[in-house]
Amino acid sequence: MWRDAVLVCAKDLRIELRARVLLWQVLPLVLFALALGPSLVALRHGAPGMLWLALLLATVLAAGRSAQIESPEGTRASVRLLGLDPGGVFLGKALALFVELAVLTAVLAVGLLVGFHVDGVRLALAAPLCACAVAALAAVGTLYGAVVAGTDVAGTLLPLLVLPALAPVLIAGERGTAAVLQGGGPGRWAVVLGVMAVVYVAVGVVLYGPLEEPS
Amino acid sequence: MGPAVSLRSAVALLGRFPALAGVDLDVEAGSVLAVLGPNGAGKTSLLCLLAGLLPLRAGTGTVLGCDLRGDRRALRQQVGLLGHHLALYPDLSATENLAFALRAARRPVTDGVGALERVGLVGRLADVPSRTLSAGQQRRMGLAWLLARRPALWLLDEPAAGLDVEARALCEELVGEAARSGATVALTSHDHAAAAGVADHVVHLSGGIVTSARAGERVRVA
Repeated sequence: MWRDAVLVCAKDLRIELRARVLLWQVLPLVLFALALGPSLVALRHGAPGMLWLALLLATVLAAGRSAQIESPEGTRASVRLLGLDPGGVFLGKALALFVELAVLTAVLAVGLLVGFHVDGVRLALAAPLCACAVAALAAVGTLYGAVVAGTDVAGTLLPLLVLPALAPVLIAGERGTAAVLQGGGPGRWAVVLGVMAVVYVAVGVVLYGPLEEPS
Repeated sequence: MGPAVSLRSAVALLGRFPALAGVDLDVEAGSVLAVLGPNGAGKTSLLCLLAGLLPLRAGTGTVLGCDLRGDRRALRQQVGLLGHHLALYPDLSATENLAFALRAARRPVTDGVGALERVGLVGRLADVPSRTLSAGQQRRMGLAWLLARRPALWLLDEPAAGLDVEARALCEELVGEAARSGATVALTSHDHAAAAGVADHVVHLSGGIVTSARAGERVRVA
């Protein structure tokens, strides 16, 4: 399973690297900064929410693209004939999505430092919490991407399904990041996000195979 | 050799539509079967059933010793399918696609280089994204995939479609080589004469059932 996961992850990252679409997701952060105005207090106060909203939007886009890679009719049939472990395929796709979102998070963090004037040291302390949240986002995005893949309305259906599922991650991520930036620790929010990540990954590994099989 | 394929009253659905409505079919291992029939007869569905891609809804069926009602993953690893659509990933080049497929099948990646050369996908053609290849070149990539993978069962859905004369000859050559090496081949076609020329057995499919079966030219020549 892990061997297949590494294979699929490398393939997805190679395709995504060529597309270079995801880095455009920095734009929402710039727009949010403009919308909040020049007030330093407002910018610092809104920074955690803006970070996680930008990541949420990026997840929807990236999950759709990740599912799209596997969607063409010929691709679906030929890949199923490769005999890859479905759990491995899920892990590989989720891992690729995790890497993409983690890179984007790092870029957005720089944006927060420059545009929102947050404390760099405090932001670095939020990294483990962000890693858990991004893992949960990647797992949910990959799973729901598989749910809608192959349907005629995948582009419309994916945000409708995935946004409610991602809302708890958004809330916990924002609360945890805000707590860290205000001088506290991530505390229970990091635990909540860690549990979410583990549960979503486990559910994805189990369900990805049946989702890919025609009923 | 025993039967590579054995179907009895096989039924397969596309949605709610019975694409195969009770097919009886036996194919000897190492032989070439040509499936003829009009559009919508169920030829592609039959190949998908044999590949383990379409579930068997009623009847019984075994392919390469695997029960079609059981876990079909073991079967899929032994089957190669050349369908109407581009195989594998449009955003990857032919070289990258074959490398991915061979790694997944735990075979040496170097097998892909020879296969691409054999089908004439060399130089720039092997390195551009496969979605930019012409339809015929994409089919050649599919053939290269089969060649590199060397499956026990070759399923070719109208393999000559979109190919030039040279590639058609190559395709027939590859089918012959596969059969001689012990692989079983099932191909669909609208061209009765061409299909019968390479096949040991010819079956006609219409409305999702086999309407006639007879020996092909290969048997007569032999």
